[in-house]
Amino acid sequence: MATAIHEPPITTERPTGGNGSPPAFPPHEESLRSVGDRSPEPARTGIWIALAAIAMSFAAFISALIVRQGSPANDWQHIAIPGVLYFNTAILILSSLTLEVARRQTASFIRAQGATRNQALAWLVATLGLGLFFVAGQYVAWLQLRSEGLYLATNPNSSFFYLLTAVHAIHVLGGLGGLARVIRRLAPATPILRKSTMDATSYYWHFMGILWIYLLFILVLKL
Amino acid sequence: MSQEAAHHGPPTSFLRKYIFSVDHKVIGKQYYGLALAAVFTGMILSWVMRFHLVWPNAAIPGLQWLSKVGAPGGVMTPEYYLSLLTMHGTLMVFFVLTNAPFAAFGNYFLPIQIGAEDMAFPRFNMMSFWVTFAAFVVLMSAFFVPDGPPISGWTAYAPLSAVGSDAGPGLGMGQNLWAISIALFCIASLLGALNFIATTLDLRAKGMTLMRMPISTWAWFITSCIALLAFAVLLPACLLLILDRIAGTSFFVPGGLMISDRLQPHSGGSPLLWQHLFWFFGHPEVYIAILPAMGIVSHILINSMRKPLLSHKVVIGSMLSIGFLSYMVWGHHMFLSGMNPFSALVFSFPTLIITIPATILTLIWLGSLYGSRLQINSASLFALGFISMFVSGGVSGFFLAQPSIDIYLHATYFVVGHFHLVMGVAAIFGIFAGTYFWFPKMSGHMMNETLGKIHFWFTFVGAYCIFMPFHYLGLAGNVRRYSSFVDDYLQPLLPVHKFITIAAFCTGAAQLVFLFNLIYSRFKGAAAPDNPWNATSLEWTIPSPPPWNNFGDKHPVVYHDPYQYGVEGAKEDFTMQDSPERVPVKS
Repeated sequence: MATAIHEPPITTERPTGGNGSPPAFPPHEESLRSVGDRSPEPARTGIWIALAAIAMSFAAFISALIVRQGSPANDWQHIAIPGVLYFNTAILILSSLTLEVARRQTASFIRAQGATRNQALAWLVATLGLGLFFVAGQYVAWLQLRSEGLYLATNPNSSFFYLLTAVHAIHVLGGLGGLARVIRRLAPATPILRKSTMDATSYYWHFMGILWIYLLFILVLKL
Repeated sequence: MSQEAAHHGPPTSFLRKYIFSVDHKVIGKQYYGLALAAVFTGMILSWVMRFHLVWPNAAIPGLQWLSKVGAPGGVMTPEYYLSLLTMHGTLMVFFVLTNAPFAAFGNYFLPIQIGAEDMAFPRFNMMSFWVTFAAFVVLMSAFFVPDGPPISGWTAYAPLSAVGSDAGPGLGMGQNLWAISIALFCIASLLGALNFIATTLDLRAKGMTLMRMPISTWAWFITSCIALLAFAVLLPACLLLILDRIAGTSFFVPGGLMISDRLQPHSGGSPLLWQHLFWFFGHPEVYIAILPAMGIVSHILINSMRKPLLSHKVVIGSMLSIGFLSYMVWGHHMFLSGMNPFSALVFSFPTLIITIPATILTLIWLGSLYGSRLQINSASLFALGFISMFVSGGVSGFFLAQPSIDIYLHATYFVVGHFHLVMGVAAIFGIFAGTYFWFPKMSGHMMNETLGKIHFWFTFVGAYCIFMPFHYLGLAGNVRRYSSFVDDYLQPLLPVHKFITIAAFCTGAAQLVFLFNLIYSRFKGAAAPDNPWNATSLEWTIPSPPPWNNFGDKHPVVYHDPYQYGVEGAKEDFTMQDSPERVPVKS
């Protein structure tokens, strides 16, 4: 098993300069900089990489939206954003708060610093419930648009509305899957949850919240 | 411990060992096998197309079985020519040039070269191969749907690709399958890139600093950064294309379009939007194909020259700047799209600038050769061949980077010659070099050197015979994508086409020598020692083939830069990275 270090080992023997000085030698094992037994958790690095890719994908969608809005066909028709979206936004923000509490409780439980497993689980389940509530709320928004006769292909604005909300909802569902995994690993009598998994899941979830607020801005301003 | 993520027990069942394996080495071989299947399919397609170009009325026996409509009696229709063209391009670019140098060799050797036991996320790794495999199956199934594969080319330009079967054969189900296949491929590549980056950042062995990573590892790392952001754009593009096709949206299809006497039910979409999204992926894709080959070739050349390159840092810096610049030049594929001439100029400048790091790399390779004791073997020959192809194909890029010249040459064979040499053949030479170099490690057997050299010379001369005349044809105004040349002004060029076709058959036949060598050596080749090339990097410190957990129970510790060859004062001509021997550092 490998251990990573991120800086060159400190060499103890450097050329002292001047003519005839001994050349530098790479160090022996004893002088390799000790970085402890822990290297960065791949889950924690991996989640940032995944978020970069997701951000890039949404950048592509938004670029497409801007290009499409400028189409010479002039078929950009304003649509009224369903009011339930604002409620959903509040739910998603709330879920980020509950998850943050859950994350701290879990960390405290793992380090045996007071919090119990059930406390952590309760906050996690609350987050899961709020997340499901958000997705259900998005579904209500789609139903509202349908009732107004606005379908995916009705006009470019409705296309982008469904597209952006649906792709975001799929990512939120992915996050819910992650949360369920965290709960499943924390729930047994001997939990197998690693803190990095909890952290990675929460970064992802908070990112989905921030992304949603950005998307809401775009939907309100552009559609 | 962090490494638990990359830690798994030995495989116990046949399925876990060879099929649904989480071992990066098995996955690397699976990618290689998939690329091999794709490259031979793509090559046979090119044979069929080249044959039809020069003998348009002759029947190709068996072709009618592939498509009764597309090739009645074995003679292909012009549309079927385009279908085969699409499949050739898609197979080669995605399933060969992306899979082999990056996914196959990267999977196998990146973890070993940094001293890790496996990838950071082994299960994601298995998923990325099997999703790629599914993408391959979906793509190949386009051959067997009633109207055959799409005719829109590997770039699938809208609106042709977006309007459905009204516009021609293959644009119904065939195009759907194409779009789904590429979307799957994007997902798989994103998972793969994520794994490569996390592995490189997190799982390096003790002492393996970033600057101590071999150049091949650097190349895979940079490539995975490019792939992460490029495929993240192609995936949304494919999604929009699929929606336009099956859900009736209008992202790419403009209004008022009459096709086959039918008004298309779309309005206001932008065909240019597809081109922008596609080429924002498409140009970095060129570097996804070529950067790993650059890394592999550098790694091999250093070993064959028995001395490091002139500058390790400049090589890495050049590769990084190529990766960075690759995102700023996509518009040079679109000079003919009717874009603002000022935009064309904006894309032309960075295109010319990107030749600077490419030239620096070439000069470093050539400059390092000077005064070296070059050992000639199949691997080093293909590495040198790579440089030759890269230069020959790259030089025409200087011309094409300028809008005024590109407008004349863009739709001709000149461009076909350019990208085949610089991207296709060069990257494939990198794959061959890697195969001859690493085969002993991967299989435990040496490859036959004589067959390897025969393979090299036929391929090297053959590739030039095929692709150099393409430039001449292009200058003479020979248009691309035509299935036969019946126009008067093209008639005098037919002998050149015949020459190319014969060269293509011979060069293709030489690849059978490679295939034979690969299979024969796998079973009958001489047993390979741990370090047959007296090389320095970590993959040569372990048995050939490596055990399932790479380094056994040892944790490698790295003491040296990756390429300690010919250091004065050292015990041997080379010092391995994990050798605790003290060697003088070159000043």
